[in-house]
Amino acid sequence: MKVMNLVQAINDAMDIKLAEDRSVVVYGEDVGVEGGVFRVTEGLQVKHGADRVFDSPLAESGIAGSALGMAISGMKPVIEMQFDGFVFPAMNQILSHIARFRNRTRGKFSVPMVIRIPYGGGINALEHHSESPEAYFGHTPGLKVVIPSTPYDAKGMLIAAIEDPDPVIFMEPKRIYRAVKQEVPEEKYTIPLDKAKVIQAGEQITIIAYGAMIREAQKAIALAKQKGYSVELIDLRSIWPIDRETISRSVRKTGRALVVTEAPQSYGPAAELISIINEEAFLSLEAPPTRLTGFDTVIPLPLGEKHYMLSPERIAHEIDRLIKY
Amino acid sequence: MIDQNIIDKYNPLKDIAYQLINDEGLPIDKKWQPDLSKEEIQKAYRDLLFERTADLMAVSYQRQGRMFTYPPNLGQEAVHIAAGMVTKKQDWLVPAFRELGAWLAKGVTLREIFLYFKGNEDGSRFKNAERMLPVSVPIASQLVHASGIGYAMKYRKEKDCAVFAYVGDGGTSEGDFHEALNFAAVWEVPVVFVVQNNQFAISVPLKMQTRSLNLAIKGIAYNVPSLLVDGNDFFAMHEALSYARAHTVSGKGPFLIEARTYRAGAHTTSDDPTKYRSKEEEDAWALKDPLKRLKGYMEHAGIGGFDHEEELIAEYKKLIDSEFEAAEQHAEYKIDDVFRYMYESMPDELKRQKNAYENYVGAAK
Repeated sequence: MKVMNLVQAINDAMDIKLAEDRSVVVYGEDVGVEGGVFRVTEGLQVKHGADRVFDSPLAESGIAGSALGMAISGMKPVIEMQFDGFVFPAMNQILSHIARFRNRTRGKFSVPMVIRIPYGGGINALEHHSESPEAYFGHTPGLKVVIPSTPYDAKGMLIAAIEDPDPVIFMEPKRIYRAVKQEVPEEKYTIPLDKAKVIQAGEQITIIAYGAMIREAQKAIALAKQKGYSVELIDLRSIWPIDRETISRSVRKTGRALVVTEAPQSYGPAAELISIINEEAFLSLEAPPTRLTGFDTVIPLPLGEKHYMLSPERIAHEIDRLIKY
Repeated sequence: MIDQNIIDKYNPLKDIAYQLINDEGLPIDKKWQPDLSKEEIQKAYRDLLFERTADLMAVSYQRQGRMFTYPPNLGQEAVHIAAGMVTKKQDWLVPAFRELGAWLAKGVTLREIFLYFKGNEDGSRFKNAERMLPVSVPIASQLVHASGIGYAMKYRKEKDCAVFAYVGDGGTSEGDFHEALNFAAVWEVPVVFVVQNNQFAISVPLKMQTRSLNLAIKGIAYNVPSLLVDGNDFFAMHEALSYARAHTVSGKGPFLIEARTYRAGAHTTSDDPTKYRSKEEEDAWALKDPLKRLKGYMEHAGIGGFDHEEELIAEYKKLIDSEFEAAEQHAEYKIDDVFRYMYESMPDELKRQKNAYENYVGAAK
């Protein structure tokens, strides 16, 4: 075991796969020599060679589309979109080709590739550096979309994503890149890409969150505990497919559900989760399944971000309201 | 034969198309001899005639209501037949959607093509054409796939292997055209980009598409050797594609060919070209028809084999009809076919949606 943060755990996963599988390559903007703007790929080029870990020209569509070409011809590319807001030029490749190639060719070609995207706000960044675009990917048939919130999950899920025969959008909560540390096995292991995880058991309400919102939810639960509330917390981990079973089992038990996401509200992951809760746990509900999300606004620049980002106090306030409902 | 002198002489900045035979099929340089045998030329003629016949039949099936939207190839067949002869089994073919003869040469069957345009993804399996991608509908986006495949070929040190990637004139306005050329050039990978400049992007003429002198010129900025070729001149296309392939498999990086041709038919069977171009223009291009020019050369050079054309066409039509009937007999599109190819193993959520629909269908019966 070794204490790692998210950055180190993700780096470790790529290091392990690069070492054991010649078909794995890692590339993107500033990924090679510099090791990425967040240093997630640091040291990998020196260790594995410049034909396997490299800087590409600055063109996201070209990065994503060329990775598809590699993937269908026997390689396993792991590409980086430098920031969440920079994935948009690649959307045509992701939505029109990467997600569809298997179906279009009736399984003749599979697309084993991973698109890593540091995402989310709370880091005092420029515009286009704080987005939460997971709903676009979750809405796109043919993709798997995952978001780890801990170093342990990040390593196991990225290894699983690289080994998966289908394209995986691997979103990294950059706000907690270095904030969360834990002991992580140094050897290889995998974590399923379609399973949510109950990370704290409770009786009165279920909170479903993912990414950086897990930490905010945990702080909110500490506040709620002072009022004597018992809260269950689920880390969704997989945006698509959604683990219906874990969510519905929990909400059937607690009778209340609060979904917490940083993404804008309308047509977002929270709406999808609440639909599932209504379908699976309707007769157990003590209060309306509720969502606490970003606004349907552009995420503000740093000075306005405090209004947009969900605080533990605001989540705790909503827990209180729902339990008293 | 094309050599570096020819490449220099036909620098795209000069805007002169490389050409070997004139509109009548007569050699422009009287000393020129084709680098193909008599038998190869006869086969090219038959292949071109076959593509044309199959293509016209496809339009006719669509008109009969037996097939959905189809993009005709009429007038551009010299590009496809030359490419089919140059492309080797180990090469990759990254199509757009108007390269019928090149697909057939790669091993795609007419039955599959008909099945695809009848509306069944089974037609994109291309069972006998291993390194052939499916038709790409979003314009130019397939070209970056070619650059990625090229990277994989270079990475694995595959010898004598090229990627042939196709796009139309309109596609050269798309960002992916430029990203693909740039990636392939920076990575020095073996891709031959073939622009079929057929003068129209659906209804929009080339002069509304770009102010570039021509389309081959677009390779210069990326330091990709480029050649403008008369796309209705089978021999010029064959030499250009052979040279481009040899260039790229030798490790010198990508090559760009602009094949200047004309889409004699509609964009697709849903299009009506009379709305945006004149009969006079169509008639002028008909004088440069690639089949007519190839036969003109064969007559001039005393190469027989084209004097029983009606019989050949009748024979081809029977074969094409049987392929179409086979496509019509293809297995019914099942519920499972909608779901099962989305992922290697079907996620529970898709199983759930499929079961719900199957239960509904079962109950409704």
